[in-house]
Amino acid sequence: MSAVIGVSTRPARPPARSGALGLLRSTGAAGIASAVVIAVATVLAAFGPLLAPYNPDLPSLGLAWIGPSGGHLLGYDFEGRDVLSRLLAGAQSSMVGPLAVVIGAMVLGTLIAVVAAWRQGLTDTVASSGLDILFAFPGILLAVLAAAVFGAGLTAAATALAIAYMPYVARVLRGAALRERGQPYVAALEVQGASGTSICLRHIVPNMLPLIVAQATILFGWAMVDLAAISFLGLGVQPPAPNWGVMISENQPGILQGYPMPSLAAGLCIVGVVIAFNVLGERLFERAQAAHR
Amino acid sequence: MLVASLLIASFVIFGALYLAPGNPITALSGGRALPPASLHVLELRYHLNQPFLAQYWYWLDNALHGNLGISITLQQNVSAVIAARMWTTGGLVLYAALIILVVGIGSGVIAALRPGWADTSVLVSTAITAAVPSFVAAIVLILLFSVKLGWFPALGNGTDLWSNVRHFTLPAIALAVSSLAIVARVTRAAVREEADREHVQTAISRGIPPRQLIRRHVLRNAAIPIATVSGITIASLIAVAAVVETAFSMNGLGAYLVQSAESKDLAVVQGISLVLVTAFVLINALVDVLYAALDPRVALGSRAQ
Amino acid sequence: MTGAESAAAPARQEPLLSVDGLTVLLPVEGQQRAVLRDVSLQIRAGEAVGLVGESGSGKSMTARAIDRLLPRGAEVQGQIYFDGADVSALSGSQLRGYRNKVAMIFQDPRAHVNPVRRIGDFMTEALRTNLGVPTADARRRAVDMLTQVGIEDPERRLRQYPHELSGGMLQRVMIAAALLTEPALLLADEPTTALDVTTQAEVMAILDELRRSYGLAMLFITHDLDLAAAICDRTVVMYAGQVVEIRRSELLHSDPLHPYTAALAAARPEIAQKASRLRAIPGRPLSAFEAPAGECAFAPRCAYAQPTCLTAVPELTELDDGLSRCSRAAELRGHLEAVHV
Repeated sequence: MSAVIGVSTRPARPPARSGALGLLRSTGAAGIASAVVIAVATVLAAFGPLLAPYNPDLPSLGLAWIGPSGGHLLGYDFEGRDVLSRLLAGAQSSMVGPLAVVIGAMVLGTLIAVVAAWRQGLTDTVASSGLDILFAFPGILLAVLAAAVFGAGLTAAATALAIAYMPYVARVLRGAALRERGQPYVAALEVQGASGTSICLRHIVPNMLPLIVAQATILFGWAMVDLAAISFLGLGVQPPAPNWGVMISENQPGILQGYPMPSLAAGLCIVGVVIAFNVLGERLFERAQAAHR
Repeated sequence: MLVASLLIASFVIFGALYLAPGNPITALSGGRALPPASLHVLELRYHLNQPFLAQYWYWLDNALHGNLGISITLQQNVSAVIAARMWTTGGLVLYAALIILVVGIGSGVIAALRPGWADTSVLVSTAITAAVPSFVAAIVLILLFSVKLGWFPALGNGTDLWSNVRHFTLPAIALAVSSLAIVARVTRAAVREEADREHVQTAISRGIPPRQLIRRHVLRNAAIPIATVSGITIASLIAVAAVVETAFSMNGLGAYLVQSAESKDLAVVQGISLVLVTAFVLINALVDVLYAALDPRVALGSRAQ
Repeated sequence: MTGAESAAAPARQEPLLSVDGLTVLLPVEGQQRAVLRDVSLQIRAGEAVGLVGESGSGKSMTARAIDRLLPRGAEVQGQIYFDGADVSALSGSQLRGYRNKVAMIFQDPRAHVNPVRRIGDFMTEALRTNLGVPTADARRRAVDMLTQVGIEDPERRLRQYPHELSGGMLQRVMIAAALLTEPALLLADEPTTALDVTTQAEVMAILDELRRSYGLAMLFITHDLDLAAAICDRTVVMYAGQVVEIRRSELLHSDPLHPYTAALAAARPEIAQKASRLRAIPGRPLSAFEAPAGECAFAPRCAYAQPTCLTAVPELTELDDGLSRCSRAAELRGHLEAVHV
């Protein structure tokens, strides 16, 4: 092969690992461990109520606050319900809420980001300014407002959070979309007559997929924290429904009285799952950015 | 931009009245049955028989003059209630901000400049604490420091300055915990990145001594992203304070906001939301100013992300 | 210095800079790999030496090794002597003193000047910190030097920020700043590569003029053989981390001692020349650690390679005032000019 003087030499890059499993392996031990935790949490969310050894909803006040004992690994909560069962049952609402938030925010955010990056010009300016204005609403505040207007509940809270997160997602993805837009292959496709929509859907978005997945993973962690906080405040999932955030608040008096287990156990569940999402999300983010160097 | 944000935010807050199921009267009264005289007062006060935009204007005008309506539940002026509780929230946020800046930035800098066990321990601990929501931190702190060790009180506000500090310490730490982790990580990343930059090589080649190198070239440059992230993080404390105030039974704005939301006291919700959003937007604007001041390449108003 | 003086034999006076058997290993993908192998060169006081090579040849790394600016994890073998002192043994204030006497000019001025500090700060920092020069004095000197590099309205420029200056101006500022500490040796690492052609010529002219008027020694690094020949008395040619030729610049085209040099010279198109194809050297340039051990690194691409070239790494041999690492140098001399692809 003939080369003109001045060609730079760099050691060849290692071949990129393809496929989801390859991606996972490349996130290292921490990434894999996190994925395992997330998988377990997902299974619990799906089958939690079935796996619960005891009835999570039946109060039995005479048994309130009794610690771990015979078959009840984590003891009883403030209404005499088995803590472990309630945790398992609560996994569902604790995981489904954030999922809805992430789907909403990512879909909306990606849409706006790609449209703004594609059209550029006035559309972009308007979209960016609009996003800037939306940034004025912190998620929790919007959720509280929604609860005041529409009544407390998971739907209102999740919708509010999705709207509050969307500008952040859009801003991150807009940068990536702009970069993709500027790639030569896009110009080539345009010249060939491909429509804007098809280029966006079949080329730009798929190329942004690593970043989208990374962002979604991290977002899940935030959504989980915020939704649990709103449930903790009593404006999200309503007691007596099992939910990790609700469990922390309804069992809080126990801490002062010397029965910290139910509240703490729920807190640890939240922290554990959120750490997993954070760690995995960060690793995925690094990979997504490295791919664009 | 600042004004536009505030205007639109206030519009949304006001408009929430109309988004509520039912008509504005039911929303304002929170679904309670009120005697006709009270209903009439509400109608007049909110100019409910006038077009929507006019109503918005009246509300905004009143708000700017300090009149935010009346709390249905407390039967007091909303502004009076806000004024009474503002200092609790303000003090809490300030205390937490101090912790975040000192501990967060400090540990980030140390981790970046001293690779080795200091770095690893900061990395590991921030990975964990970043995932700890403030209310979980709250219960852990209460358990450890109030119940087991008895160092700090678990609830309430405190009476004088010293007692306030004691009462505010655990809540401030709870509020600061997860933000601290983010700030520490960003600081560490920024300092490490700056240390590898070419202009630092130039300074080294000029023989600038290490201490001065770090101060004038690494830290000074890293201050830009650090300040931006710290500012944004502190601004977000305003909303999360509500959770901490509730957990520690403090009588701050946030706690009251939550209670009002539960009891559907819409006037209070609107009033406090307006105050909080304004504070949030103002702090973000301050961050913009700080960013432009630190980076001579950037004109005011164009904060790159 | 007369032309009869040998470039390779020990000089009558001690050279200012003496690099002897320099080998540098860097961590590459987890392993220590050589980027420089047994590099030796000497620079006398006031002499301009060019260092030419393609990317990966190790020319930049040589300059960095001299200035002790190697990346973390670098292993250095061999000796570097400056003004009689062992450079690797310096530390603390001695090292800083050394850095004031050896000034480096970098390739991309925009990346190499701190964007948040003013030009005045950039220029006077070393003076104020290391040499204890009072601020007002330092600024006066900076103004003076800016005028010498051809920048107008120097007082105003001192107050400006780097982003307010063009690339060419910024490079002149960098040159001026380097000269402020009154160095004895300039290490210029491709100072004009990042600039457009017109600006290149201006900056080169200033660099050359100032160097001569201050009597400074210079190591001028470039990938452009003709550029080096234009302002340097001697040129060192590097390939794959090794020195392959050291020669008086004016003889590089007419009487090269190594096939690689000849190929470099031939590859640059002349404007008056007519050709149907650009002459290029087949293959691609290698880094030191990519070159196969135990053979001449250039052999795979060399038009004159013979089986013996693949049996051992050739040594640097003296030939007519120059040095060459070609085992067939004596034989090929005189025939290397007409290299075609």
